[in-house]
Amino acid sequence: MGFAEFTKTAVRNLFSKPATKNYPKVKKEFFENARGHVIFDETDCIYCSLCARKCPADAIKVDRNAKTWSIVRAGCVQCSNCVDACPKKCLSMGPEYTPVMTEKGCETYARVPDNTEDN
Amino acid sequence: MSRRSIVPFGPQHPVLPEPIHLDLVLEDERVVEAIPSIGFVHRGLEKLVEKREYTEYVYVAERICGICSFQHGSGYCQAVEAIMNVEIPPRAEFLRTIWAELSRMHSHLLWLGLLADAFGFESLFMQCWRLRERVLDIFEMTTGGRVIFSVCKVGGVRRDISSDDMKRIITVLDTIVADLKDFERVFFDNNTVKSRLCGVGVLSKEKILELGAVGPVARGSGIKLDMRKLGYAAYDKIPQVEPIIETAGDCYARCLVRLRELYQSVEIIKAAASTMPEGEISVKVTGNPNGEFFSRVEQPRGEASYYVRGNGTKFLERFRVRTPTFANLGALLATLPGCDLADVPMLVLTIDPCISCTER
Ligand code: SF4
Ligand code: SF4
Repeated sequence: MGFAEFTKTAVRNLFSKPATKNYPKVKKEFFENARGHVIFDETDCIYCSLCARKCPADAIKVDRNAKTWSIVRAGCVQCSNCVDACPKKCLSMGPEYTPVMTEKGCETYARVPDNTEDN
Repeated sequence: MSRRSIVPFGPQHPVLPEPIHLDLVLEDERVVEAIPSIGFVHRGLEKLVEKREYTEYVYVAERICGICSFQHGSGYCQAVEAIMNVEIPPRAEFLRTIWAELSRMHSHLLWLGLLADAFGFESLFMQCWRLRERVLDIFEMTTGGRVIFSVCKVGGVRRDISSDDMKRIITVLDTIVADLKDFERVFFDNNTVKSRLCGVGVLSKEKILELGAVGPVARGSGIKLDMRKLGYAAYDKIPQVEPIIETAGDCYARCLVRLRELYQSVEIIKAAASTMPEGEISVKVTGNPNGEFFSRVEQPRGEASYYVRGNGTKFLERFRVRTPTFANLGALLATLPGCDLADVPMLVLTIDPCISCTER
C-alpha cells in the first residue's frame, strides 16, 4: 500500500516538454500513406462508374454522358476502396484530411477544364 | 424502511460517454434496483448487409465500433472466408494478429484512462491517453487510419508492414512499456485507488457462468475464457497466448486483468513480428458466398461472435453480431443492486461498455 506512486511521473512531467503540439504554429505532419482524402485525376478517367459502384458510402457519382465525376466529401469514409477499384488508376489517396467545410456540398469535376467547379 | 427514489443515470453522463440509460432505484444512498434501457444509437448496420456487396461490407462492419474496429472487420472476413473456403496467406494472418493486439492495447489504455478519470485522477487519465496516442500513431503509419483502419479484406489484408516499420513499432512499444511501468503502481498499489476498486462489484465464478459474461469480466473472476485460444489468425502459432486471470472478481481484479493484458499484447506482437513469414498478403477471391458460418474473435472487451449467411449472390442474406458488451450487461445489472450510488460509475466502467457496438 502506498500513496506517492505518481510522484516520479509528475516530477518528470514538470521538467519535460509538453506532449502536445503548439498548433497552429506547429502543424501535425501526416504519415506518408495516411488515408485523408480522395484525389481525382481526370486525364485518364473513362467514366466507367466502377468507383461509384464500389463505394460503400455512396459518396461518388459518375455521369458517363456529361463526363462528370463528383464526390460528396463529407460522405466519404476514406476507405480507399474506390482507389483499388479504378481500372485506370486515376484515383489516389492524399494524407491530409478534408478541409473544414461550411456546406456538405458535392464537388464536381467536369471534363472541360473551364467548367470545373472545384471548390 | 426509507423512502425510495429514482435517479436517472445516462444516456448523457459525465463519466461515461456511452448512451446507456439506467433508472437507479435508491433507498437512501443504496441502489436496490437498476432498470436499463438501450437503443439510443441503433444504426441498422446488420440490415445494411443486404444492400452492400459482401466485399464492401467489411468497411461497414468495421464501423460497428470505433475501438474494436479491426476485430469487427477481421471477424466478418473470417466468417466469409470460411464460407467460401478461402485460405488466407500466413503473412496476412500474422498481420491481422499484430493489428488486433495493437487494437487491444489502444482499447485497454483508453479504458485505464477512463477509469482514472472516473475515480477523479485527471493527470493519470492524461498519462494513459498520452501512451495511447503512440499506438494510434502506429496505426496511422501502418494502416493509414487512426481508429478505422480499412486494412482487412476478404482474402487477406490490404497493406503490409515493412521490416523497418516493424522495428519502429517494437521500439515504440518498448517506450510504452517503460512509461507504463512508471505509473502502473498507481492502479494496483495506491490507497485511494484501491479504496474505490477493492471489493466493489464482486462477481463470483458461478455467477459469471450463470450470466454468460465474457472477456476481462469473466477472467477477473477466475474463468479461463479467451477466444484467442481457438487459434484463429496466427494465435495458434504464438505461445504467449495464455488467458490472464485474476480470482477476486471485483473491480480491482478486472482492472488488473486489463493492465496485465497490455504487457501480454506487447509480448504477442513481438513474438508475431519475429516469426512472421515473408510472402503474399492476400489471395484473389472469386465467386460469391453460399452457406452460413459463425466466427468468434476475442475483442478487447471479450468474445464477439459473427453469424454470416450467404445465398450465392454478392449480397449476403443475414449478418448478426453478438458483441461482448451485450453479454456483459447481465453481469453489470447483477452487480448494481446493493451498491452505493457513488460506485455506480465505477461498476458501469469495469465492464468496459461499448453501447454503440451493442446496438449496431
Ligand atoms: S473507376 Fe476510375 S476510370 Fe472509372 S469512373 Fe471511376 S475514376 Fe473514372
Ligand atoms: S474512399 Fe471509400 S468512401 Fe471515399 S469515395 Fe472512395 S470508396 Fe467511397
